[in-house]
Amino acid sequence: MSTESIAWPRPQAQPVPLVAQLHQWVTTVDHKRLGILYIAYALLFLAIGGLEAIIMRIQLIRPHNDFVSPQVFNRMFTMHGTTMIFFVAMPVMFGFANYLIPLMIGARDMAFPRLNAFSFWMTAFGGLFLYFSFLGGDGLFGDGSAPDVGWFAYAPLTSKTFSRGHSTDFWILSLLVSGFGSIGTSINIIATVLCMRCRGMTLGKMPLFAWLNITMAGLVILAVSPLTAAQLMLLVDRYLGGHFFDTQAGGSAVMWMHFFWVFGHPEVYVLVIPTFAFASEIIPVFSRKAIFGYPIMVAATVCIGFISMSVWAHHMFTVGMSSAANTFFVLSTMAISVPTGIKIFNWLATIWGGEIHFKTPMLFCIAFLFQFLIAGLTGVMLSAAPFNWQLSGSYFVVAHFHYVIVGAILFTLFGAFYYWFPKMSGRMYSEPLGKLHFWLFLIGFHLTFDFMHIPGILGMPRRIYTYEPGRGWDTWNLIVTIGTFFQAAGVLVFLGNLVWSYFRGKVAGSDPWDAWTLEWSTTSPPPEYNFATLPEVASRCPLWDLKHPEDPDWQYE
Amino acid sequence: MQRTKHSNKVGILRVFLAMFWCAAAAAEPAPLSPTNIFAPASTPAQSIFELSRFVLLVSAAIFVTVFSLLAFAVVRFRKKRSSDGREPAQVYGSTQLELAWTVIPVLIVVVLFLTAARVIANIQNAVHPSNAIDVTVVGHQFWWEYRYPSLKVITANELHIPVSDPAHPTPTFLTLLSADTDHSFWVPRLAGKTDLIPNHPNTMWLDPHETGLFLGQCAQYCGTQHAKMLLRVYVDSREDFDRWIQAQSQPAHVADTVSEGQRLFESTACVNCHRIAGTPAHGTYGPDLTHLMSRQTIASGAIENTPGNLIAWIYNPDLLKPGCTMPSMGLSTEQASAVAGYLETLR
Repeated sequence: MSTESIAWPRPQAQPVPLVAQLHQWVTTVDHKRLGILYIAYALLFLAIGGLEAIIMRIQLIRPHNDFVSPQVFNRMFTMHGTTMIFFVAMPVMFGFANYLIPLMIGARDMAFPRLNAFSFWMTAFGGLFLYFSFLGGDGLFGDGSAPDVGWFAYAPLTSKTFSRGHSTDFWILSLLVSGFGSIGTSINIIATVLCMRCRGMTLGKMPLFAWLNITMAGLVILAVSPLTAAQLMLLVDRYLGGHFFDTQAGGSAVMWMHFFWVFGHPEVYVLVIPTFAFASEIIPVFSRKAIFGYPIMVAATVCIGFISMSVWAHHMFTVGMSSAANTFFVLSTMAISVPTGIKIFNWLATIWGGEIHFKTPMLFCIAFLFQFLIAGLTGVMLSAAPFNWQLSGSYFVVAHFHYVIVGAILFTLFGAFYYWFPKMSGRMYSEPLGKLHFWLFLIGFHLTFDFMHIPGILGMPRRIYTYEPGRGWDTWNLIVTIGTFFQAAGVLVFLGNLVWSYFRGKVAGSDPWDAWTLEWSTTSPPPEYNFATLPEVASRCPLWDLKHPEDPDWQYE
Repeated sequence: MQRTKHSNKVGILRVFLAMFWCAAAAAEPAPLSPTNIFAPASTPAQSIFELSRFVLLVSAAIFVTVFSLLAFAVVRFRKKRSSDGREPAQVYGSTQLELAWTVIPVLIVVVLFLTAARVIANIQNAVHPSNAIDVTVVGHQFWWEYRYPSLKVITANELHIPVSDPAHPTPTFLTLLSADTDHSFWVPRLAGKTDLIPNHPNTMWLDPHETGLFLGQCAQYCGTQHAKMLLRVYVDSREDFDRWIQAQSQPAHVADTVSEGQRLFESTACVNCHRIAGTPAHGTYGPDLTHLMSRQTIASGAIENTPGNLIAWIYNPDLLKPGCTMPSMGLSTEQASAVAGYLETLR
């Protein structure tokens, strides 16, 4: 890796008054600024959602604990789930996509900069609106505050009969509003990738990052639309006397489940495919080897995208579908493990024969590989419908999807933060603090989510604010709670590292990792116009071609 | 050299396998937990357990293989101190390898799928024998109603079913209904869970092979007190079950004189929700109290059925189960104990 410390000429910044600076951020249509806004907004909500998780874990530290009331506990798990999925995971993925895609494909901005800003602010206001429910959810009846119907809000718990006041309305409207934001951004990503690539960059020469994000964007459009439709139907039920999901008037609770999960399962892939995108950029650079099997990686991703649209009802094995329907969804769910496995093997083959640099981003990606393996295998267990009849709705499921969302998605995301932080800020992060974050978070993660599988196997259902002693759950819950404090400490180190490095970090230079994709060819942070002259590429690794003119990549692809 | 390396790997594999078997063996004995899914006591739970064991075994084999490959690669291909700074040889792909790691997983998936499909059919398409016991389970916020339509018994929160002799099975078939929101019936040692959904009747069956008390609880979030919607299933010997049915099908025990407690009970809103057969109490919104004292717990298994708890419950249910649907009737403690005194006569 090159450690060149060329002092890049920094333009003499005119002092801009604070109000004007803020005004610039609020009115910006620059994809980089919007990307950073998305990411900062997601980090804020990550802290809030994490706090909610800690409140739940303190309540569950021992049986019959009374740290919070059942009402508060139910709000906490509803808000935790909704926040983490809609206002942390999705925005942060959009943030990275926004920031990186134009830089990686050699464009000056996204295809629709104004739509981009509109989408961000929709998402942002959606999140703020959800949290306003703590103040405004009481409604005329003085009932409830924040929503307490669970993040998948099964009917008929959301009907007027069971959810008085306005808490559920806040939930519906905030997802409706942020859903429009998500769809807008996805349209933008698709248009950008399809229409804005620089000269020479054919579809087959795009970085995998662009391929994976366009798949993700397609999934968002297909998945969020039914959710938006369902939210509108629920509003009609609540305020215009509709009976779509109102079981007391002949509506169907099962229909809501189908609507929700036809969104909910592709949503998992909406989150995990950008994760794969991070891993597919970071692993090759720190193994010093080109990605193994690029066309297969693309094919596997698109394949995952298609299959993921046909697996939703594996969330519903216990709702009494026919044996034929159950059998079909077992098959489709198990089938998706094949392309996913192919991806793991290709990353393994990328590392194989390479020269691994254990920098913080790579550490997080290696942990991702191991943890995603385990998450995939517990997924196979859950896909066998009869086994699912025991495991579904238990802490085993909670452990499984946190293994995906934390063990795979969040780990890789942390890797992405450290990898692109020098590009975004122009400063290097602190490597010792990064490693401290990694180890704290790794220990915390495994204490929490490895041991969380066990109470599930021993019959502990999710979403219970307390549990009976004598069921063999006590010790496991204690360990799980202790783990969350390690994770929280890790996240604090991470945030501290970001702030410290932003002000005090070493100047990074344009290409601190000796990487191969176009974003590293411009300055850190990049100028508003990204590239002084638009680049032209001949291979998937244009910077490799520049650095190794005697052995260019395009000769082999 | 090659040989020693190989045997090392086999050694590690053995250690992993041994660790896995220890973990599996540790899950076997029942005392670990009364709700352990790996301690089946009923036919459907048993066939799920056998499938689980197979799936776990396959998963463990995949885990050990891939984990070892990953760990080996990470250790073997780390950057060495002696590295000369040149880039390693670039490899762009291999059709044979890609084919291998596509075809082998496909084969594994086919095997797992077929195994699972057979168990699905065995459990979901089981025949309803003529000597089966039928029970209708109605989920309420936050308690269970049990009706035995052919035996003319209605009870709440504690389900009694007969043990089933494998030679002459007498399974119990449950029809699952809901009066309000979604619930899920889950007694891990007896069967997998099935949801109770309004407007969507479901069925499941139990076929227990040993007598005793089996615990579980609602497994689908149903509202504020979801956590204390506990399940208790008593598997009785055939004689005990017949005796229990005989006792439950009688109307309530009526004292010669109407006590103060009974007068209070029948003159407040209690009767709107609770039924006591043979008295003017006909409510169906709350649990049937005709034979309340035959039950060991109240409040859907949340508290023991003791005179003290009964008084406290009647006085203010919200103190014991905050958010439950039974209101406090504004009785004084004396009045609450009088009502409890009346309820204690309902054997």
